Amino acid sequence: MIQPEERLAAGIARLILDPAQPPARHIAVGAASPVPAAACWLVRLLGHPVRLSLLHRPQGNPFTEGSRELFDLAGQGRIDLFFLGGGQIDGQANLNLLGTGAWPGRTARFPGSFGSAFMYMMVPRTILFREEHSPRVLVPRVDHISAPGVSPPEHFRRGTAQALVTGRCVFRFDAAAARFSLASLHPGETAGSVRAATGFDYDGSDAPVTADPPPEWLALLRGPVCDEMRGTYPAFCARVWGGLAA
Amino acid sequence: MTPDSLAALVPDGALLALPPDNSLAPCAFARALVRRGVRGLRLLGVPVSGYATDLLIGAGCVAQVQTSAVTLGEAGLAPRFAAAVADGTLEVLDATCPAIHTMLQAAEKGVPYMPLRGLLGSDVLAHRPDWRVAQNPFSDVPDLVVLLPALSPDIAAFHAVMADAHGNVWVGRRRELATLAHAARRVLVTVERMVPGNMLYDERLAAGVISGTYIDTVAVAQHGAWPIALLDEYPADAGHMQEYARAARTMAGFRAYLDHHVLPAAAA
Repeated sequence: MIQPEERLAAGIARLILDPAQPPARHIAVGAASPVPAAACWLVRLLGHPVRLSLLHRPQGNPFTEGSRELFDLAGQGRIDLFFLGGGQIDGQANLNLLGTGAWPGRTARFPGSFGSAFMYMMVPRTILFREEHSPRVLVPRVDHISAPGVSPPEHFRRGTAQALVTGRCVFRFDAAAARFSLASLHPGETAGSVRAATGFDYDGSDAPVTADPPPEWLALLRGPVCDEMRGTYPAFCARVWGGLAA
Repeated sequence: MTPDSLAALVPDGALLALPPDNSLAPCAFARALVRRGVRGLRLLGVPVSGYATDLLIGAGCVAQVQTSAVTLGEAGLAPRFAAAVADGTLEVLDATCPAIHTMLQAAEKGVPYMPLRGLLGSDVLAHRPDWRVAQNPFSDVPDLVVLLPALSPDIAAFHAVMADAHGNVWVGRRRELATLAHAARRVLVTVERMVPGNMLYDERLAAGVISGTYIDTVAVAQHGAWPIALLDEYPADAGHMQEYARAARTMAGFRAYLDHHVLPAAAA
């Protein structure tokens, strides 16, 4: 029995390893991102030489210059891949981590933009991850833009979203067209169910089923990946892989 | 000195900088500020905000918060912050993490502003008339950068692991607190314990020290970061954080939390 989180982590790992993309030599993972973190550990434990900087690792945190060091690295172009999400994400890959309704989120306030307004533009590749796939999250137009999906040429920018992974499907992002297209459907979903759950317009109406993780990937996730993650995400590891939280 | 005597040094309306829950937030000091009944604080999250900020907002101590996010981490959204935004009783200056670091770095260098990339096209920038966009003067092609003004908090406060009699405090690798201490006009620090000697004479400790040059007042507050973690000294009290997040969903629950955990001085 493959857990949904295992499928999502494997899907993100495939996107990290996409040979058509610029290389991911140094990947950073922010707070509260256990599924992307699992994907990164999977890539690393498959033998790919990738440097992982996990911001919220209590032990062995990579930074010694305080929390600005991540942003200094990214500003120089030394972080190749980052993960972002949003309370709202729209069809042009704009991210809203601020809130809905009148500024600054009078209807429903989200925590805030964190480093997204900088990181989205400084890293060559961003994989967007949001498990909830509903019309309230995937909207035609975000109420407020924490970080823009695309930028005009006079705005320095190294890259955009590569893809959006949700609990229902994987979308690829075409930066030139500023549009998503359907790449794969998770088991149990149909072209119609995804269309109905998505508030923004996108290309493609049919797509293959998101592939199952191969047995050796599952073995890695359930063994060494879980071991690496227990200290940072005890509740997640207990829920997905069982056993007592360390 | 105690957390309460430190809190007495904070005037109403001060611009007070606080680190978030993963970087030595001074929670005992924040509870002392609630007991002192301070009003009209302008809080700065360096670069985001957590439990201490939500507590001060709920207790009516805060007029404005400048931050990149307010979150209780695994315990979820910050309930009193969200309620104050919905009620329109709190002025929010939204920022983004590297912009707050950069404004403090400009202040520690004594320069009027520093440039930063990114931010263009974000509504965070659109709502900050104090942040300017300018052409990079070293480029021959169109290249816009954001100029951020130096920011010197009136007071910075954090909870360090230890201090010595020379006023030096040890924060380990949390070096954003050194930048904050360099940039702030006054620095108030609570510590777990005092240590003998001078930490600047110990090469292994010195790199994690903020020199007493920058520190105004130190008070001992054992377990002063509780309920959040303090480096490898003690972990977060996750059960208490969940209790707070649940209680603070309503004003009545929040008041009961204050009565039980904050207002009795013994809870310091």
